[in-house]
Amino acid sequence: MSVAVTIEGVTKQFGAFAALRGVSLEVEPAELVALLGPSGSGKTTLLRVIAGLEEPDGGEVRFDDVEAHRLSLRDRRIGFVFQHYALFRHLSVADNIAYGLRARPRAERPSADEIRRRVGALLDLVQLVGLEKRFPGQLSGGQRQRVALARALAIEPRVLLLDEPFGALDARVRKDLRQWLRDVHRRTGHTTLFVTHDQDEALELADRVAVLNDGRIEQVGTPDDVYDHPETPFVCGFLGESNRLDVEVAGGQAFFNDKPIFAAPAHNARGVANLYVRPQDVRLVEPPNAHGLAGVVAAVRRHGAIRRAEVAVTGLARRLEVDLPSAVAPAVGETVGLKIIRATVFGSG
Amino acid sequence: MSEAALTPSPARPARRAGGARVRGESRLVQAILIAIALVFLLLVLGLPLASVFVEAFRKGWDVYLEGLSDPDALAAVRLTLLVAAIAVPVNVVFGLAAAWCIAKYEFRGKTLLTSLIDLPFSVSPVISGLVYVLLFGAQGWFGPWLKANGVEIIFALPGIVLATIFVTFPFVAREVLPLMQSHGTADEEAALTLGASGWRTFWTITLPNVKWGVLYGVLLCNARAMGEFGAVSVVSGRIRGLTTTMPLHVEILYNEYNTVAAFAVASLLALLALVTLVLKTLLEWRYADHLSANGKH
Repeated sequence: MSVAVTIEGVTKQFGAFAALRGVSLEVEPAELVALLGPSGSGKTTLLRVIAGLEEPDGGEVRFDDVEAHRLSLRDRRIGFVFQHYALFRHLSVADNIAYGLRARPRAERPSADEIRRRVGALLDLVQLVGLEKRFPGQLSGGQRQRVALARALAIEPRVLLLDEPFGALDARVRKDLRQWLRDVHRRTGHTTLFVTHDQDEALELADRVAVLNDGRIEQVGTPDDVYDHPETPFVCGFLGESNRLDVEVAGGQAFFNDKPIFAAPAHNARGVANLYVRPQDVRLVEPPNAHGLAGVVAAVRRHGAIRRAEVAVTGLARRLEVDLPSAVAPAVGETVGLKIIRATVFGSG
Repeated sequence: MSEAALTPSPARPARRAGGARVRGESRLVQAILIAIALVFLLLVLGLPLASVFVEAFRKGWDVYLEGLSDPDALAAVRLTLLVAAIAVPVNVVFGLAAAWCIAKYEFRGKTLLTSLIDLPFSVSPVISGLVYVLLFGAQGWFGPWLKANGVEIIFALPGIVLATIFVTFPFVAREVLPLMQSHGTADEEAALTLGASGWRTFWTITLPNVKWGVLYGVLLCNARAMGEFGAVSVVSGRIRGLTTTMPLHVEILYNEYNTVAAFAVASLLALLALVTLVLKTLLEWRYADHLSANGKH
């Protein structure tokens, strides 16, 4: 069972702090959407508003065409996985998972046998068979996470919401669980929203990513969309790494220190602008010509799988970061030319 | 005392590990310090406690039993048990309610409410009793109205219960509040999103999370309720066999030079203290293990 989630102009204020300033988002049935943003961007608040744990000050949330505020927390049937799981420590794994089924009104409550069968099926789904009698305190972080998910799935939720699902886990477990969550989502088909501040997680896992900043949604799109075609300076700076140059635009050309450095035909505006370029979109060119961008290599260091050069450019406060192909090995102190292959230009309003 | 109980047990092995060698004190210094502490405890706590039982049994078992089976003494025991039986459950409910609303909700005046809960600890018990006399006594604010309607509060059971509730109010709330605060609200929110009603959430999630704290609070609350002297003595009127609780009865007997009977009743109170102490230690044991076993997440 999958429902569409519609969020329309939701606002939420905590005292003087505006957590959400008019957020609208459409989530399609069975879609997996990431809410990505820095801390304080309002992503968790948005998740809690959808769950009904916070009352929005304005706007509304709809599940298909049911207005969420008409539903009590109990009737919303939201599967919510808390950041620190909030497992019931005095209950066993099986009792944790069965909690939602046992909490139903007597008329809707499944029989004890049925509950046992469903708990068994969920344990199977989250690969925890054999651990049903353990208590949360006896489980590893990854196992707790999976119990929390099974407990949320037990109530056959309309929508599955996960708050920083991998936030409390170490890097290795995170990677395994990402794959596994993707798999569970494919098998169960719940409309799913998850909150994360980790862009890798969002880009790898989600069908679409909503980037939040300062209580607003900056951009919604597929991972490729938001990464390759950022619509706002914030998205550009937040997703991946970028160098920022203050440029002047005239006649479809971006000028840095009066030298043309990048043809930006899409950018019609004239005047002062910001140019964002990713380290992998800059090439070192052999002879530094008088017209292009040039600088002095200040350092070369390893950055995971790639090598990266930091180039000091006259007129640029921060060093320009450039990813190097394996064949290129500039010496520190060498003067190099820089060619920008791809960049995004935003007028600085 | 409550803070010490709330420290999770890992502190203990740490203390054991950092023994004399680490701190650099000689064995002699250690022995002297321990000896001083033991002598002090013996003088201040051990001797008086022993003297209670020695005095009570001075004239033998028969006289001891006689002192206890005196109708007035029995009435005092009954009254004490009755007062505790009313005051303790009332304070469990109030304490849980107060701790719940302070720990789980944000509202104006929360700090004020928190310090109000502690008020009985900082007010002299005699004042606590006097307050009720001022309110409900014959010359008090509500005195004339109460008299006209034939309701007796001061110098009767209701006054004693009220004063006891006032004095023992903080015990349960104080034990439960830090536990609830450290647990936060995520467990309750999880239960609610899973479809549980507020009532069910309280019984199946909130209460089990704090049950050891509640038990501990009940124990302390009960010991104080049975042993309270100051507040109760102001409101009781000391009508023998009617409004004297055990501590008051002890004082009356003692003032009448009926030493053996006084110490016989006192021995019951001392026994209560010892039982409380043992139960408290057992609970702390259990309670600390419980906290540390689950404090990891």
